[in-house]
Amino acid sequence: MGLEYVRISPGFERYMPRDYVDLVKFGQFGKQVDVMQLGQFKELVEEHPMCAGCYMAYFIRVFYAALPNPEDTIVLGTAGCARLALSQAAVPFIYGNYGDTNAVASGLKRALTIRFPDKVKDVVVIAGDGGLMDIGFGMTMHSWFRGEKFTTIMVDNEVYGNTGGQESGMSPKGVQLKMAPLGKKFDKINAVELAQVAGCVYVARISPTNPKRIAKVIRRAIYAAREFGPTFIHAYTSCNIEYSIPTREVLKDAREREKKDFKFYEWMTDEVKEYLEEIERKEKEKAKQEVK
Amino acid sequence: MPDQRVVEPEYLLLEAPREKKFITGSQAFAEAVKRANVDIAIAYPITPQSETMHLVGDLYAQGYVKDYYRAEEEYGAMSAIAGAVRGGARAFTATSGPGLLRGLEAIVSWPGHRIPVVLGVMTRVVNAPLSIQPDNIEISYLLNAGLVVLHAENQQDVFDFTLAGFVISEKVDVYLPVVVATEGFFVTHAKGYVQMPSEDMKLPPRDPYKAPVPPTDCEIPPARIQRDAPVQKSNFMSYLIHAVWQQEVWSANRRAMKWIYKYLGGPVEVVNPDAEVFIVASGCAAAQGREAQRYAEQEGLPVGLVKVKSLRPFPEKEVREALKNAKAVIVPEHNIVGWLAKEVKSVIPNSGIVIDGPRVYGGMTLPVELIMEEIYKALGIKKEKKTVV
Repeated sequence: MGLEYVRISPGFERYMPRDYVDLVKFGQFGKQVDVMQLGQFKELVEEHPMCAGCYMAYFIRVFYAALPNPEDTIVLGTAGCARLALSQAAVPFIYGNYGDTNAVASGLKRALTIRFPDKVKDVVVIAGDGGLMDIGFGMTMHSWFRGEKFTTIMVDNEVYGNTGGQESGMSPKGVQLKMAPLGKKFDKINAVELAQVAGCVYVARISPTNPKRIAKVIRRAIYAAREFGPTFIHAYTSCNIEYSIPTREVLKDAREREKKDFKFYEWMTDEVKEYLEEIERKEKEKAKQEVK
Repeated sequence: MPDQRVVEPEYLLLEAPREKKFITGSQAFAEAVKRANVDIAIAYPITPQSETMHLVGDLYAQGYVKDYYRAEEEYGAMSAIAGAVRGGARAFTATSGPGLLRGLEAIVSWPGHRIPVVLGVMTRVVNAPLSIQPDNIEISYLLNAGLVVLHAENQQDVFDFTLAGFVISEKVDVYLPVVVATEGFFVTHAKGYVQMPSEDMKLPPRDPYKAPVPPTDCEIPPARIQRDAPVQKSNFMSYLIHAVWQQEVWSANRRAMKWIYKYLGGPVEVVNPDAEVFIVASGCAAAQGREAQRYAEQEGLPVGLVKVKSLRPFPEKEVREALKNAKAVIVPEHNIVGWLAKEVKSVIPNSGIVIDGPRVYGGMTLPVELIMEEIYKALGIKKEKKTVV
């Protein structure tokens, strides 16, 4: 159905908001876009109330452009900065309670599988480090143990940005933050390793310095979740406010972290690898034919 | 598993021939689920609820329920229930005491998210010192959330309330979760007679598009409340959005009343309406109140019973009407705070006639003699107390 519900009923074009008409005419529904052409098509998320220089806002913008199936995708979020943008995108969004994303997504994905056994309905969680690795930790881990078929993306700003800058389990050791007045006393949680051990079939860690790579990782994670099981992306999305990174230094900071603890890392099971290679080969062929 | 044919709710609930079985309260929950065309059930162990969800697990294994799993804990279970219902499925789960409180943050947000679902609550002690016995103080935590709350006296009520609960919860003008509460052990683990329609019939499947708030399934545009940023800004619009939405939740809660009349014969049952002294009770306390009323009748005393089946919506009008000529009202309860006595006092003009109690807690049984003592006191009858050593 997907496309049917986004389409404007005949005769109503002139009554619909301009933004919506543009979204349907010049947006991503029903086609694949190249993230390198951001700004040349109507994006699924445009306006958001996030801080100037917020790397998370940039990541989310690329995330939406990368979606393989936006008209049949449901995004889930929880309290934190990310949901401020997620809730304003032209993709159905569910905001439940604190840290509940991976439990809600489990129920949702199962319901959609019961109701639409022959359709692709992508479910994607985008939540912060606090939501997934602190308050929602048990639900995150157990959705992986159970092998739930959806994608979890952790936008890790290493702090509770939205509540005023408190320490999270993902803050680096030693950093002085609110609620860590003497500096954080334990190490950053190794989320990627946990995901692998817990049963994710595709895991990636990324510092989002390269939009093409971000898009590739997101698409792979979503494709793999459809067929095989839980997938996880750990993305560094700095908080330039709480960590006082000047706006123009944000990309530089991401590059520096990429050289240190956010080196690009990608792991997948053999069957996922085989499956993705096949999909990507077909996509390339299709792109070639379109050029011709 | 027999082939089940879909029949209209009215037929299944009100007209279909019934057969008498002698079963536990847990079995009564499962028998209702068996006939409710449930898509998904999510379980998490806690005494005394566990047996119900074991039996529902068996229903899944037999094919009556399409999906089932053991969740990580109750907050996860209740959140996953919300996800499944938002995805358009019909769902069931159950919990008890501490489990209910653990899941409470999710449960009390169901009405605002407009989650039509049935939640079984088999009461048990909360707070410390902890025990597994059937104190029902936990029901008071459910009364201010917008949930429809039914309180079952016995195994028959459990069956009827649960099956009707699915139908009531999905009515377009209600669209709220329905809690079916009953006392743990006293009802869940004891057997009673239950009249049930044949198991080869079931309710029609849930139609998630017949809804005031559509499902989130990418088949239909989502509602604004699901799309817009949560209303956490400090401005008048955010206050207003929350206010009107909750007003609508509570209006929907009141609108459940007409369906409670239709499917459950009304929110109260009144025995001996011309009495002078009334026992007002719900759940197991109503069973004991029923016995006390019978004793009193045998002794020729003017005592009546008002059994409250629906705690939310609370039958304000019906209770006021039933008690309009009462000289005294006795409210026996299985908890220390007396939440039902408070409710009753709040809806009658002469709350001074309400006798607080008798109350037992910690999971004790409620002897009929305790209620009789209050009846004698209210009627000015002096009885000599015999102490048997």
